[in-house]
Amino acid sequence: MTEKKSCLKGVGLTKVFGLGRNKNMAVDHVDFDFAEGEIVSIVGESGSGKTTLAKMLLGLINTTEGDIYFQGKKRDIRSHKAKKEYWTNIQAIFQDPFSSYNIFNKIDTLFLDCINMRGGKKLPYEKKVEMMTEACSFVNLKFAELTNKYPFELSGGQMQRLMIARIFLLQPKILLADEPTSMIDACSRATILDMLMKLRNDTGMTIIFITHDIGLAYFVSDKVFIMERGKFVESGTADEVILRPKEAYTKRLLNDVPKIHEEWDLSTVDIKVN
Amino acid sequence: MKHTLQQVFRSSKFVTGFCIFAAILMVVIFYPLFVPNPPLEIIAQGSFFPPGTYVSTYDTVFSSKAYTLNLTDAATKRIAAKLGDQERNDIKEYLMLVGVPEDQIDSTNTILLLDLWEKNYDPTKKISGMIFSKVRYFERLNKSLDGLLSEEGLILASPNIDTGTLEQVGIINLSDYVNIKEVASVRTLPLGTDNFGRDVLTQLVKATSVSLMIGLIAGLIATFIGLVLGLLSGYVGGMLDDIIMFITNLFTVIPSFVLLILISYSVGQEHRGAVMVAAVIGFTSWVWTTRAVRSQVISLRNRDHVNLSKLSGHSIGYIITHDILPYIASYVVMALILQISSAILAEASLSILGLGPKTSEVPTLGLMMNWAMIYQAQILGKWWAYFPVLLVIAMITFSMNLMNTGLDQVFNPALRD
Repeated sequence: MTEKKSCLKGVGLTKVFGLGRNKNMAVDHVDFDFAEGEIVSIVGESGSGKTTLAKMLLGLINTTEGDIYFQGKKRDIRSHKAKKEYWTNIQAIFQDPFSSYNIFNKIDTLFLDCINMRGGKKLPYEKKVEMMTEACSFVNLKFAELTNKYPFELSGGQMQRLMIARIFLLQPKILLADEPTSMIDACSRATILDMLMKLRNDTGMTIIFITHDIGLAYFVSDKVFIMERGKFVESGTADEVILRPKEAYTKRLLNDVPKIHEEWDLSTVDIKVN
Repeated sequence: MKHTLQQVFRSSKFVTGFCIFAAILMVVIFYPLFVPNPPLEIIAQGSFFPPGTYVSTYDTVFSSKAYTLNLTDAATKRIAAKLGDQERNDIKEYLMLVGVPEDQIDSTNTILLLDLWEKNYDPTKKISGMIFSKVRYFERLNKSLDGLLSEEGLILASPNIDTGTLEQVGIINLSDYVNIKEVASVRTLPLGTDNFGRDVLTQLVKATSVSLMIGLIAGLIATFIGLVLGLLSGYVGGMLDDIIMFITNLFTVIPSFVLLILISYSVGQEHRGAVMVAAVIGFTSWVWTTRAVRSQVISLRNRDHVNLSKLSGHSIGYIITHDILPYIASYVVMALILQISSAILAEASLSILGLGPKTSEVPTLGLMMNWAMIYQAQILGKWWAYFPVLLVIAMITFSMNLMNTGLDQVFNPALRD
């Protein structure tokens, strides 16, 4: 296998909340190197620091320590202009579609913002409509039905698909999907995952998939990182990590996946609340 | 938006408050169109004329047309007006003091009572134990009873300039009447006059509009400062948040009313117009709006839609105005309503202390209270000088608080009953 080009690299990434006795290491010296066009899963339970890591990667919160390299170069997000530049390359889908949209903006505004961000501000309106229609049809929605509507008039699954349409318009190099399927039903979940895979195959996008569902991670990803209390405890290809887990934590996560055909073994479940 | 308005107008509390407020507003707007009298014009000589219709005596006498009405109860009413139960008892009391036996006095028989009074009343006679004001009262009573039972009319006379004598010009009979519509000068003062002899109602309407304006200006200033500081400190955070909260805390621990008094005093009587007072109130009452807005913004700034807006490359200004402000707009409107009503109260409190807008230019609700208080309307029982003002202040603040509660219930479903 040829070595792929590095897309996003983190060295010693750390985020500390609070001071003194209240100090809380949300992310603890994490190293990683995501290659271009990969689907990487970061799996862990609630509170393991997945979302904090995602926000650091997005540049929404500052890092306490460590560096992030984008395409081999150290990322610079000190000025608003630099941030804007960075965000043309990295975008996100959030967990809760119901709170991801500004309820005062119409769907058109949302899409037009994306076109503007990609430098399409001066395009004729017909061209913009064409782009929006294309993006909507990518996620099996009809732009003609959505125009002049508000996002909250749609269902949860449709809203999340709208999010993917937004990503399709923006064409970033990296997509950070923060539990994009945890708030929607199982049928819509498969559709969303299919669309994410299609997006990767069509555009060669790197997708960082954050989830607590290890089964889902196995289904979609090339590489899996298991995160426990701010640290990566195990990483490797999906087959390695999930079929031949080494760490106890990974085994526990695997055991927590409900199975239909066998009795659920609860003996390994750690009931201790920490 | 349309849906929200529908919901707001379905809230009975909001609608009640809105109707009261709209009624006050309508009166303030339309009353001056129908009654264009200057509100601070001194029309009465003397203070605190009671409410009622004032008919020009001169115009009544020289009315173009006199009507003769033979009303059987006219004499009774005339007597009753001057000789009520109180007067009858006073006469009885006097008669008993001068030594008339009680069984001889029948206070219900007017003719006998007046007969006894005429025989026994002597203004020169000293009665021990009677205070001077009572002596004067009986003198006045005696004078008013003069000719009460007369059946004769009055003779009108005017001085002849050439001869210097009086000449009869006419006779007013007891059965002469005028139609009030034909009297040239009639003025109804529904709320009487105040201590300076000014029409209270006209003044009250003007005062209400000035007070509402003061409330609006002060409320807008306070809400604007509070909103800007709250948005900045809540959204930007960090050092700026610390500085703004430090200033806000300073203003919180100093009671704003004390600050208000000190600033009003140092501004000086000469410069204290209505707008100045409004500005002073506005600049001292922004504190809690800042705190409230800040806490709302802090809870909003980490929401996903704000993050998404950031990822879309929007500037801080755009995010604040498009992703934060619309979410707290309803809250800010409610804060504005409360600020207006508390500014009206603050103006009233300041003016009662004599630190309100300078007098003799415009009336305000607080100034009217101040005047009524200085001239002791409440001690003299001149209710029309202060009670309507109190009622208007109460109605304005009540309606605004009611509207606020209604809005709160619409925007915060947890409070719905």
